[in-house]
Amino acid sequence: MLEVKALKKAYEKIVAVDGVSLRAGSAETIGLLGPNGAGKTTTVSMIAGLFPPDSGEVLIDGSPLRGDTDPIKRKIGLVPQNIALYDELTALDNLTFLGALYDLHGTVLKRAIAEALDLVGLADRAKDKVRTFSGGMKRRLNLAAALLHDPQILLLDEPTVGVDPQSRNAIFDNLETLKKRGKTLVYTTHYMEEAERLCDRIIIIDNGKVIANDTLNGLHRMLPVTNLLAIELEGPDGFKPESLLALPEVVSAEVREGTLRVGLHNLTTGAPAILRWLAESGYPYQHVTSERPDLETVFLTLTGRNLRDS
Amino acid sequence: MIPFWALVRKDLRLFFNDRRAVVVGLLVPIVLASFFGYLFGGQGGKTETSRMPVLVTDQDGSAISRAIIAQLSSDKNLDVKLSTADEARLQVRKGKARAAIVIPKDFGADAGRAFFAGAKKPEISLLYDPSHGMEMGMVQGILSGAVMQAVSKEMFSGQSGREMVKESLAQIEKNSQMTPTEKKSLRDLLGSVEKWNEQQANEPASGRDVPAGGLTIPFETHEEAITSGTEDKYNSYAHAFGGMGIQFILFMGLDVGVRLLLLRQSGLWQRLRAAPLSRSMLLGSRAVSAALISGFILFVLFTFARLAFGVRIQGSVLGFLGVCAAFSLMTAAFGLLIAALGKTVEATRGYAVMATLIMVMLGGSWVPTMFFPQWMQKLTVVIPTRWAMDGLDGMTWRGLGLSEALLPIAVLLLFTLLFGVLAVMSFRWEADG
Repeated sequence: MLEVKALKKAYEKIVAVDGVSLRAGSAETIGLLGPNGAGKTTTVSMIAGLFPPDSGEVLIDGSPLRGDTDPIKRKIGLVPQNIALYDELTALDNLTFLGALYDLHGTVLKRAIAEALDLVGLADRAKDKVRTFSGGMKRRLNLAAALLHDPQILLLDEPTVGVDPQSRNAIFDNLETLKKRGKTLVYTTHYMEEAERLCDRIIIIDNGKVIANDTLNGLHRMLPVTNLLAIELEGPDGFKPESLLALPEVVSAEVREGTLRVGLHNLTTGAPAILRWLAESGYPYQHVTSERPDLETVFLTLTGRNLRDS
Repeated sequence: MIPFWALVRKDLRLFFNDRRAVVVGLLVPIVLASFFGYLFGGQGGKTETSRMPVLVTDQDGSAISRAIIAQLSSDKNLDVKLSTADEARLQVRKGKARAAIVIPKDFGADAGRAFFAGAKKPEISLLYDPSHGMEMGMVQGILSGAVMQAVSKEMFSGQSGREMVKESLAQIEKNSQMTPTEKKSLRDLLGSVEKWNEQQANEPASGRDVPAGGLTIPFETHEEAITSGTEDKYNSYAHAFGGMGIQFILFMGLDVGVRLLLLRQSGLWQRLRAAPLSRSMLLGSRAVSAALISGFILFVLFTFARLAFGVRIQGSVLGFLGVCAAFSLMTAAFGLLIAALGKTVEATRGYAVMATLIMVMLGGSWVPTMFFPQWMQKLTVVIPTRWAMDGLDGMTWRGLGLSEALLPIAVLLLFTLLFGVLAVMSFRWEADG
């Protein structure tokens, strides 16, 4: 069980993390979602013991994390955002070295390396130098390196940055396997799709503060709308979305990338009225879809800013 | 200790994995040390000294000036050629000749008068290349000896000497400022010289053991290079390989520091810090691996120097190993200090290269400190490389015992401690970037 209580960290006058708290149990994936610079990496770094918080504490199975050599650190595996491997060494040499940092040696280390490589599907590349790996393979090996000492808690700091969709799916599969094995996963990302797919609970962080902490359904319930109507306009130039707010059931309206997105309380009564109004007002449209609001909308609702634009 | 040795092993593996860098890292100091070793005298068996090119202009053409030129030409250190005054000046300016000696008109006669009667001394112009100032002293010394010998020989046995004595005797009689006693003493002296000259003219001293060569420097030198106290000759490769070894090991230390700076900007640093490892283990392992690499570089360089140039540890082997080990540790601590004080990689590399070159230069790695001015020799005791050089020189070609290595070892270890403490105190443990 991981418990984080009111972590704070400031760099001179800039507060990077401001009272972040969270709990995560076995076989649970917690997502830390927020824009770049929100404080996700700083939070994860303090949980991993890279540096102490200014205040607050990190409890692992009820025990506080103290000092560089605290044996509790063995319960944590960190997957840094940057590839943390030596390009000049083989995958096997990298894992042998990184396993030894946790006192692993001999057959125990060999078994751990074999299992980790199996999990990430790189057993056949063990003797190849890391510099010959693709970006996706490096990311998978980066994950494997954090698993050698069989940590209970896995801290994943944006582990899919810059990888192709195939490798991303492979990493997701790996993480789901680990979750099934009972691991606690703390996953930072600024990709809402990843958080939606992987996480049991999502903690939205902005400017170092937790602004929401709930399940995906719980976050949706925080929204003033339950449905989104996406209408692809033929000519959105000059269209003023706020003119739709006068219609019944319409809560929000915006044009994003040529698509009119309207938030509604009731799709059944609201949608026909909107489509009729557009036709009568001289705004022809091509495609109409409806969807549940995503985390982008949640972030927008909570902060007034778009997640990706922050 | 498993993590500690894993960290050390990893550093060594990364170093040796880059084979091209290893080869170049060893080849460059070997080439430079071989060059400097040759330049500073080679293996001591070298007997021929390169003669210094000197031009002489004889505007006098007297027996004395010809004798001076003959005397200079016979000196083993000089390569004398005759020239005009203008050409001589031009050649010195161009650096083709180190010095030029211009013997003026009437030098022989004026020198004779100055020799006996205290008349105004004639001047010999000595033109020299200021970039060879040290050699100027040598030319002056050789010239003084040659002039003294040539002038005195002519005064005591030559034709112009006989005329000069007669002339001087006549001047004494006319001199109103001398007392009668002084006049008598000088008359007696010159009279004896006149008698000697006449005797030499009538029956030359050939075949007899009579000093007829004029005044000469009344001694000769026996030159012996004092090295290990045995019959071993000085091997300048020992100093050159020590110096280049020190320089390139310091560069390796610099690289350790820069790599540590880069590491701190990478995910690997986070991974290392996430593991249950103490800070002393993280820095200590790096210091040990750097020291081992330093030791390896010194081993390869001195092995090469032994095989190729016969460099031997003529003093204490234990002392030699001690100096190598202490210097290697000092280098490792220097690398950590660079990493601790550095902010950006680019700026750090610039400052560190400058610091390294200053240490190398003032430590005597390029040019032995004995060539430094006295004040600078005293000042450079604050430079760690000076102690490393002194220690290596002492244990190699000077052939000193273990006791003479103890002070350099102790000083190097003190620098290690100083750099190490400063590094630990100022090291920023949080990752950069």
